[in-house]
Formats: sequence, C-alpha cells, structure tokens
Amino acid sequence: MAGTYHFDAEDRHNAFITRADSAAFGDGRLSGIPLAIKDNISTKGMQTTCGSRILEGYIPPYDAHVVELLRKEGAAIVGKTNLDEFGMGTTTENSGFGPTTNPHDPARVPGGSSGGSAAAVAAGMVPMALGTDTGGSIRCPAAFCGIVGLKPTYGRVSRYGLIAYSNSLEQIGPMARNAADVSTLMVILCRYDARDSTSYDRPYAHAPSGEIRGMKIGIPVEYFGEGVDPPVAECVRDAIATLEGAGAVIEECSIPSMEYALAAYYVTCTSEASSNLARFDGVRYGPAVETKRSWHDEFQEFRGEHFGREVQRRIMLGTFALSAGYYGKYYAKAQMAKENVRREFERVLKSVDVIAGPTMPTVAFRLGEKSDPLSMYLSDVLTVPANLAGVPAISVPCGRVEGMPVGLQIIGRHFEDEVVVDAAYAFEQEGSA
Amino acid sequence: MKVIIGLEIHCQLNTNTKLFCGCSTDYRDDPPNTHVCPVCLGLPGALPRVNRKAVEYALRVAKALNLEVADASEFSRKNYFYPDLPKGYQITQYDRPLAERGIIEIEADDGTPKDVRITRIHMEEDPGRLVHKSGRDRAGYSLVDYNRSGIPLIEIVTEPDLRSPKEARRFLNKMRATLEYLEVFDGEREGAIRVDANISLEGHNRVECKNISSYKGVEKALTFEITRQKNQITRGHEIARETRHFNEGRGITMSSRSKEEETDYRYFPEPDLRPLHVRDWLDAITLPELPDARKVRFVEQYGISINHARTLTGDMKLANFYEEIAGDDPVLAATWVADTLLGELNYRDMKIDQVPGARFADLLALLKADAITDRAGVDVLRTMLDAHAGGGEMEMPSVIVDRLGLRKAAGDEFDDVVAKVVEAHPGAVADYHRGKGGALNFLVGQAMRETRGRADAKDLGRRIKELLDRKEA
Repeated sequence: MAGTYHFDAEDRHNAFITRADSAAFGDGRLSGIPLAIKDNISTKGMQTTCGSRILEGYIPPYDAHVVELLRKEGAAIVGKTNLDEFGMGTTTENSGFGPTTNPHDPARVPGGSSGGSAAAVAAGMVPMALGTDTGGSIRCPAAFCGIVGLKPTYGRVSRYGLIAYSNSLEQIGPMARNAADVSTLMVILCRYDARDSTSYDRPYAHAPSGEIRGMKIGIPVEYFGEGVDPPVAECVRDAIATLEGAGAVIEECSIPSMEYALAAYYVTCTSEASSNLARFDGVRYGPAVETKRSWHDEFQEFRGEHFGREVQRRIMLGTFALSAGYYGKYYAKAQMAKENVRREFERVLKSVDVIAGPTMPTVAFRLGEKSDPLSMYLSDVLTVPANLAGVPAISVPCGRVEGMPVGLQIIGRHFEDEVVVDAAYAFEQEGSA
Repeated sequence: MKVIIGLEIHCQLNTNTKLFCGCSTDYRDDPPNTHVCPVCLGLPGALPRVNRKAVEYALRVAKALNLEVADASEFSRKNYFYPDLPKGYQITQYDRPLAERGIIEIEADDGTPKDVRITRIHMEEDPGRLVHKSGRDRAGYSLVDYNRSGIPLIEIVTEPDLRSPKEARRFLNKMRATLEYLEVFDGEREGAIRVDANISLEGHNRVECKNISSYKGVEKALTFEITRQKNQITRGHEIARETRHFNEGRGITMSSRSKEEETDYRYFPEPDLRPLHVRDWLDAITLPELPDARKVRFVEQYGISINHARTLTGDMKLANFYEEIAGDDPVLAATWVADTLLGELNYRDMKIDQVPGARFADLLALLKADAITDRAGVDVLRTMLDAHAGGGEMEMPSVIVDRLGLRKAAGDEFDDVVAKVVEAHPGAVADYHRGKGGALNFLVGQAMRETRGRADAKDLGRRIKELLDRKEA
C-alpha cells in the first residue's frame, strides 16, 4: 500500500547529509521500507553532494538507475548519507559535511567511504542502504559497523547516476543488517541498463541458502600476512573454522600479485578521478564561479577553495600519472597489474568456490588516527583486489575485537554473487546457532 | 619552393541523434540549451552510450575511402578545461582509431590524377559553443550553448601530400562530394565542417592554422600563409613553429600566442565505454555509387565530356539535377548546367535545389527547338533566377520569352535593323571596305544591341556582310 514514511530517527552519528522528513512510497517488494542512499548516487529533486562543498545545492534532474528500481519497488527514500568526499577515503572523515562516527563507539570512525550508510544501518535508523565500493568502500564500513555489505560483480548493477570516482572499479551495492536483506536488494538492483555500456544482463533471482556443504573455500596466505592485526586474524580464522564445521572444505592458496594490487589500485583510481572531477568548474551546478576575472583564473581558484585536501591530493596524483612521459610508467603499468590480479583470481577460483579472509586488517580506527594518507591507503590492502579483479565480495560480521566488530570477507567468481551471499548467510546461521 | 600541406578535417555526421545520447541533432534554428540531457550536459553520474548509427556512418566513410578498419577500436578521453566542454574532457579516439590508411584520388595542379593518403579516421564528440557578448557597462562576457555538445564528428587526417592551396581545395571538394554521396554529411549546414591545416615550405618549420570553417577559407588561409612564410624566409627570418588562427573576415592568419602546443591532454581509454568491434557492421555496409564511378557512367551513358562529367558529379545534388533534366539531348543539358547554370547560381549565391528541374527542362526544350538564341536563353535563365532571388515565383520560360519578346524571329525581320546600323556607322563601313576585320564585329555588336539578343549573332553577321558586299559591288 502506497503512503508516506515519516522519518524522525535521531541522527547521532552525522550519518546523513540530507534527510527527507517525509518520504512518499509506493507498492512493491520494498513498500514502506525506509532506505538511505549514499550521497554520490543521483536522486531526482534531492540534493546530491558527494560529500563535497563543490556540489552543495546541486539537485539532480534525474534518478540513478538503482534509485528508479528502488522507487519502483515502493521504497521510501529517506535521505542521502555521508561519505568521504567523492568516495575518497577509508574513514568518512574526509567529508565537506563533517565526519560520521561509529555507532559502536563514537570515538571511532565508521569506515569509509560509505560510512554514513553503514552508520545509519548499524544505528537502526534504516534497515537497508545503498553504498558504493571502489576499493572497499562498502565492505570496510560494513566491517567496522558490524553489518553486511556486498560489492557486486563489476557490471551487474548499473552505474548510471553514480557520480564517478573511478569508473572501471566501482559498483553500487547493498548494505543491510543481514545477508537475507542484502540478497533481497540484489534481486532488485541487478537489472540490465542500456545507459551503462559496462552493464551486463545478469539478473539475480536468488533466495539465500544456508547449505554450504562441500563448498571449497580458499584461504590466501596474503590475507593473513604482515599488517593484519593478530586478534583480527584470529577472529577471522575462527569464523572460517565455523564454515568448515558447516561442511565447507578449506584450502590454503596464494595470490602473489596482491603485492602490486594497492599500487595498481591507487594509480588507476586517482587517474580516472583526475578526469572525472574536471567537470566541477562552477559553470553548470554547485556554487557558481565568480566571473570577475578570466574564466581560467577564476575556476582554478574555485576548485582550490571547494575541493577538500584529499580530493586535491588525488587529482594531482592522477594528473601526474596520466601525464605525457609518465603514462607508460604508471597508468599503463597499473592496467597490466590489474589484469594480472584479475587472472590470478580467476585461476585460484578455478580450484575453490570462494576465497575468504578478513575484510580489514584492523578494527575501526579512532577519529584522526589515520591522518597520514599513506597509512590510510595501506588499510585498503585486503579490499582493493576484488575491485581490480571485478569479482563479487561480501563482508559479514564475524565477532568482536576490543569490543569492535570484525568483518569476514568472502570473495567469489564473476557473476556468482549468489554464492558469496550464500556463504555469508550460512555463516550467520551457524554463528547464531 | 616546395609547399607541403596536410589537413585535419572535422565533419559533423548527419545522424538524427547525438553520438552518446538520444538528443536531437537538429538544433540550428532552436533556442540555446534546448537539445540537451544529463549526458550531453555532462551532469554528474550520466554515462555515454555509443550511437550505432554514427559508427555506421563513420564506417561508410572509411569503406568509401579504402581505409583499413580496425577489428577493435577504442574511445579515449582528451582532457582539457574549457567552458564549452561540459565534462572537462572530450570523448574521442586516440591510439586505437576506427580506421587507418586510405586514399582519395584528386586532380593535381597539372591535371594528372593524384593519390592523397589518408592517415586515419576517428570519431569524436563536438563540444558546445561559446557565444561572446560585449557588455555595455563591463568587459565582454560569454554564454554557453550546449545544443552542439555531443554532435557526432569524424576527423579525417591526411598525410602531408597536398602541394598547393588549389589542390587542398580540390581535395576538400572531392571529400565533401564523397561524404554527401554516402548520405552521412550535409555540407550546407553552418559549422558542419572545420579544418585544421598544417603548412610548411620545404626545409622550414611547420605552422598549424586552426579552426577554418569554410572551404574557401582553407584556400585563402593557405595562400596567405605561403606568402607570409616566403616573405619571412626572404627577410632571413626562420618560420616559428606555432599555431595560428585564421581570421575569415580579414583573410589573414594570426599567431594565437597560446600555450596550446604545450598542452598535455593526458589521453587514456574511456572507462565508461567498451571497445568497438565493428567487423559485422562493416560487412553489412553496401556503398552507393560514388563520384568517380558516376563520372565514368556519365561519360558513357550521356556521351558528355569528361570535364562536364567531373563538374556535374562533383556535387551530388547537381548530378541528381542533371540526370533529372538530361532528357533527349544530354550534351546540350550538360553544357547548360555545367557552363551556364552553375555560374549564374554562384553569382546569386543560390543552390541547385532552388532550381525547379521542370522549368529548366522547358528552357532546354526551347533552345533545342531553336526557338530562342543562346543569348536569349541566358536572359531567360537570369530572369528566372532573379525572380526566385527576389522572392517571386519562377515563370515558365516560354512566358518569359514572350513577355520579353525574345522568340527568335524569321531572319528577314532584322533586315531593317541591319540597314539602320550600317547607315549609322559610315566610318565602320569604310573600315570594313578597307579590309579591317574588326569593323564587322563592331557592326554585329551594334545590331545585337538593337535586337536585344533575339537575333543570332552569326545570322546578323551574315546579313551585314551581304549588305556591305552588295554596297561595294
């Protein structure tokens, strides 16, 4: 039954940038369910900022494909959630609208960049939300906030309306309290869209099954290497043992190309971002550029004032990596490394059904702890490989360390999002049994 | 000094919709920013998708010019900031273009056939358009119109094979004709073609003249550059390697003094589009009859001269017009269309499709029946075209003939005129008898004036001669 949802949940964690006090909804599988949308996904008539002051006041004249799909199923879109500016960060501290805090400990970050969506779900403000994942931006905050988040196979969910950060890596995906809700959203989100040339016609018609007997799970040594906090590794090993107890077969494996994954990832995403973010020049939307001097002078200053520091840093890195004389050394090489990672995942996933390991090397950081950008980049080491390979990856809560949630990451074959959802669902069933 | 010219030609393809979205391309008479959508406005989150028709049009060109089409080509981003470029990059093709290595045959300055090599053809989107306004109380300002943003373009790049401005002009004419025969291009639309011309004198630096927007402009810009560069060299100055802009109004090129040559466009593959695999599309294309084939057919089928055939087939609409009115005397028709009608149209800045074929055919019928003289025929044609240019209706040629009294009379009618002219110019008569040949021509001219062209010059000449010779005898 169609109606209006009154959204009055208190936002203690600065999860939202924009809220709708009342949201109309229609009939459908999500009828009346309040949904939060990460603020880099275009919503018709509702401000969409990407967490950046450069887009403040921008009201898209169109809905992203995923938003159309959610509305068609009757969802009540109650607001737009906070993020690291343009998705560039692992903590949701790099937002032009202030940091989001972790509902499990307000002194800690919720992870990022989809930290607002994760916090909104974890705090019980909404049961489900959309995030986007370029190098871990769904899975990291899901792990830090103790919820389930899935980065679908690249191409399975249309990117039309997603404000691009790194086009070749990112996907929109579901975030929810449990794997069943994530699965429900996947049924709705996986629809071919001719407007996205990278979209595949691979619908998701699946109800999660707890049956994983005989499922082969590969455990890459690299996911338990240096830099992974031992208590977190321990917690994840326990979770894998639980899956083994449910009938899964555990195998050790190795993905040596992971050594280059982080570098390949940062070269690729900053390069693409340096081009994607060129359009923010104050001419067509967002705050208007001054027109007192020549346009070239004005817009340069405008971008300097309205982009945050991390965004400026990544634009400069990407501009450098694409420059004449450096392209072959950086961008072209990163694409080769990306291809190697993809092939290695395909090879490993021939002998096992899924790969499992920790989502993040640690639990949620304290606010301000990752002030050095390099140490923040290093924390993405376990999530970026799935983006480079284009394969589906889910994070499901698997215990606590220092009282903070730990995420178990399960990575599957291309277009086998159903399998990673099943594995996560099975773990939930076993864990609560 | 040997002149070396290479061209980069940007042509708008005449698809119904834009290259990466469904917006209409028919924007020319509409208000600014009315043919736009999230994609061609570069709104955040919008994604391009390739218009298959545009690719097919580009493939037709590639096939017609004998280019090797790549099994897989790729779109790339060309990054630069300009307010008419809504995304901050142009989607174009860079190191994996649609097609490479082709040939266009033209006539060299010495009249022999010559192959001009085509380096490559690639596809790209047109940016928007800036409209510069000068304000009353402040410095000028600019408005942006994105109607043009996303119009499909092909860029055709030649090797430096052209040797004179006239050759360049002939190359462009040939290329334009080919594109029009392929029905992928409408050369009459404003801004449909833009040319960058590279020109150097052998042994000296190359200069790029950018953004020339007419065929005539290319010839003018190149002619100007050759003179300028020769003068520089004569004075002992080296030619600066630079980009110059052509000022159409003044007919000169000016140094743009920009840092354009230092611009690093930071090309990289467009991640929002997949590589193009066009083999099947290419195979499905059947080419229409092209200008060269039509020229040969005209000579064979209509028995007209190769020069007439070349002129007539050099413009598809002209060739169509000719075939419509060729009738039972195609040689007469070719002469009148190629030698007379074209010149009269150019003089009035009129287009061939403004001439009703049936009216022109009526005129040819009068000429063929010997009802009017050639000279009267030209008068009739001019009257028809002037009426059209003045916004009036074109009369039937026979009506004009009667109204102006141009019908060729039986020759005797002119005997009075002849007698009168001979009477009035005794000096010329005397000159004639003294054997001065020019005197007869003078008298014929006077008689022609008297008869206002209704008479045939030869006939008048014969009559005057008879009269004078009789007088002498």
